[in-house]
Amino acid sequence: MKLNVNGRELDTDAAADTPILWVLRDHLGMTGTKFGCGRALCGACTVHLDGAPIRSCVTPLAAAEGRRITTVEGLSPDRGHALQRAWLELDVPQCGYCQSGQLMSAAALLASNPAPTDADIDAAMSGNICRCGTYPRIRKAIHRAAELARDGAAS
Amino acid sequence: MSAVMSPGRRDFLKLSAVAGGGLVIALSLPACGRKQALGSEAGGMPNAWLRIGGDNTITVLVDKSEMGQGVYTALPMLLAEELEVPLAAVRVEAAPPGPEYVNRAIGVQITGGSTSVRESWDKLREAGATARVMLVQAAAAAWGVEPAECRVEGGRVLNADGDALTYGAVAEAASKLPVPKDVPLKSPDTFKLIGTPARRTDSPGKVDGSAQFGIDVRLPGMLYGALAQSPVLGGSLKAVHAPSGEAASAMPGVHAVVPTSTGVVVVADHYWQARKALNALEIEWNAGPNADLDSRGIAATLANAARPGSGIPVRSDGDAAAALKAPNKVLRAIYRLPLLAHATLEPMNCTADVQPDGCDVYVGTQWQDAAQATAAKAAGLDPAQVRIHTTLLGGGFGRRLELDFIPAAVEVSKAVGKPVQVIWSREDDMTHDAYRPPANHVAAGALDGNGRLVAWQLHIVSPSVTARMFPAAVADPKVADPFAVEAAQNFPYDVPNVAVDYNQQEIGINVGYWRSVSHALNCFVAESFMDELAHAAGQDPFEFRRALLGSQPRFRRALEEAAAMAGWGKPAAGRHQGIALMEGYGTHLAQVAEVSIDGGQVKVHRICCAVDCGRMVNPAIVESQIESGIVFGLTAALWGEITLERGRVRQTNFDGYRLLRLNEMPAIEVKLLASTEAPGGVGEPSTALVAPAVCNAIFAATGRRLRDLPIGKAFRT
Repeated sequence: MKLNVNGRELDTDAAADTPILWVLRDHLGMTGTKFGCGRALCGACTVHLDGAPIRSCVTPLAAAEGRRITTVEGLSPDRGHALQRAWLELDVPQCGYCQSGQLMSAAALLASNPAPTDADIDAAMSGNICRCGTYPRIRKAIHRAAELARDGAAS
Repeated sequence: MSAVMSPGRRDFLKLSAVAGGGLVIALSLPACGRKQALGSEAGGMPNAWLRIGGDNTITVLVDKSEMGQGVYTALPMLLAEELEVPLAAVRVEAAPPGPEYVNRAIGVQITGGSTSVRESWDKLREAGATARVMLVQAAAAAWGVEPAECRVEGGRVLNADGDALTYGAVAEAASKLPVPKDVPLKSPDTFKLIGTPARRTDSPGKVDGSAQFGIDVRLPGMLYGALAQSPVLGGSLKAVHAPSGEAASAMPGVHAVVPTSTGVVVVADHYWQARKALNALEIEWNAGPNADLDSRGIAATLANAARPGSGIPVRSDGDAAAALKAPNKVLRAIYRLPLLAHATLEPMNCTADVQPDGCDVYVGTQWQDAAQATAAKAAGLDPAQVRIHTTLLGGGFGRRLELDFIPAAVEVSKAVGKPVQVIWSREDDMTHDAYRPPANHVAAGALDGNGRLVAWQLHIVSPSVTARMFPAAVADPKVADPFAVEAAQNFPYDVPNVAVDYNQQEIGINVGYWRSVSHALNCFVAESFMDELAHAAGQDPFEFRRALLGSQPRFRRALEEAAAMAGWGKPAAGRHQGIALMEGYGTHLAQVAEVSIDGGQVKVHRICCAVDCGRMVNPAIVESQIESGIVFGLTAALWGEITLERGRVRQTNFDGYRLLRLNEMPAIEVKLLASTEAPGGVGEPSTALVAPAVCNAIFAATGRRLRDLPIGKAFRT
């Protein structure tokens, strides 16, 4: 089956019922997207399907046919996405395992809402568990990224 | 913990031959021993901690595992400070197992006990300073000048004439010099890097998906394994129903169905294929001794073992038993704590590549030398033939001190003759943890006619982690497991009669070290009970504590600072406050929690934490660790509970084992107190104070004393 991942057309022989998570990780060698729970409970596997955040651990490959998948590797070529810059500025990650999923959920939020409030952030990010408890910095970094994106757009 | 740093403790946990001669090498430092193993390609200067290549690359070997606590930043900072290079100039590499990497505070190669900075503070500064002196000597010799006429700056040695040689240019010559002794370390007032909020070295890879955790290891020809373990804890594999085994073996991508020492593994080209085939297996298990074990039975076992004064004495000041009699006002209370899972977000996994004459193991472990020994045993090799490659850890919290995820990968790789990565499902991980010990503690206290606390007694009843993991350390029946009595043996208050004893009561299943270990159990009881005593004495809980800390300036300062941050005694309308205090890992801290109760629903609004952890290497990381520990503690206090039924764990995933989410966060405020004391540990202590601070606030709000965690059993949360 043909797939579009981060703008590239890729081929995979994975069975159609294979969750996108494992296609990315095992078949395509893109390990940025993480396995956390296998049941859409923790958000570590979040990727975008046509720009919308999905839990790739429960979404079969068949659902991606003819659609665009974006993973953390596709967020930017150079860690230049406003969220990545803010994440680095505030040193958000601790163990870091959940952060790909956090970034992808946050990226979907900012794409649809360039100036999210705390309540917007609560709503968009409540599906992503961070066991290290980086939540205060995640919240600050999303606000900061919104600023960076606005400044970037203005300049 | 503080006990871990005492000389007695050090001897006590010196368990393996590995711990024996290694210390000398590690302490005598540069340019010895490891040259061969680490290589000195390009004419560099190797030692156990540092490689400087002829091409000017500076590599710091970090002996502690990076699991989020920031050791890949803080430890290189110590070395870079003395080497006079910016942090950005050093590359970080995980150290292999080896005697020079034994954690001197523990006696084995472990990342734990909040020891990383404490144990490295002198060691890595000495390593950096020694290397610097040798580089200067080599450059001075090349110029024919005295070393005293030279200085270093930005990775170069400079002389009075303005000549410069890079470290790389003199590294090989330096490596041939004798290792100088008693090299002076920089005085703290000249630190350029230590004490600054330098950016973490591991962040870039964690924002672009390139960071390599154990689960991300990819080797040529590697297969994937999914495993099944006995659903009853302590059970074993009886048989795989043969037709189901044949059917699974015939499924797409499947290479083999392999019985292992810990269960059965299906090996396939891809993980999902292995998982699907595993689900098709019909497996029979021997239930073993825990077939009828349930949570009620465990609670009863602990409760029946509780007989204050019958355990191993841990502390005995004055005569508590005599003071716990009339005419004093006597309070007694029983506190209970549940089993808890670690629930690291990266499930357990291990990748092994067994060859006839050796084995490579890629694993996120907190215990390298034991991982090596475990893999060697599973492979039938000598430990020296096993190479442990420590990856980043997707959370540790003590879970990755366990070794149970290693043997299956090694056995299966050996069986199929290929590299294999075995990945536990979330369900495997949740239901086969080494859980935090449950407890049934009995506390008693006596107040005299003036409301003064004259006796305090704590009877600790809990299974011992150490008895399983380091049996030699607790072989003497007169010695209590030091990791069971933390935050009790150092009861800080000025009370004439204090008695603490420990009754080790096993419960039939493995318990494990869990972030902050017994601090979390004992601080909950001690600080909740102090609150009970304060109220019984008719005193403000803060003032009651403060009055008993006259001889404890560090405790008192932390308490006063936390109270000041929180505006103690003046909460906003509808809010209620609770306070708790502790010393753990050489760090003194206090927390104030602010809660409201609305229609039986508890909401935690704010947690203020004042921390005196001595000198800090990187205050930004310290702050994030304190925050992290608070979230960890709050999750446990509100919801944490593992229960058993017929020997099986009932919670299987994050729906049954709830973890705090971003939208549920209180405001967390951390104040780091300036201090010139020796560095204290920061990865764990803040976890332990949350439950007592929050429960004390709930008492202030409702008059209801919670002595049985989690809070969610008594209130909606």
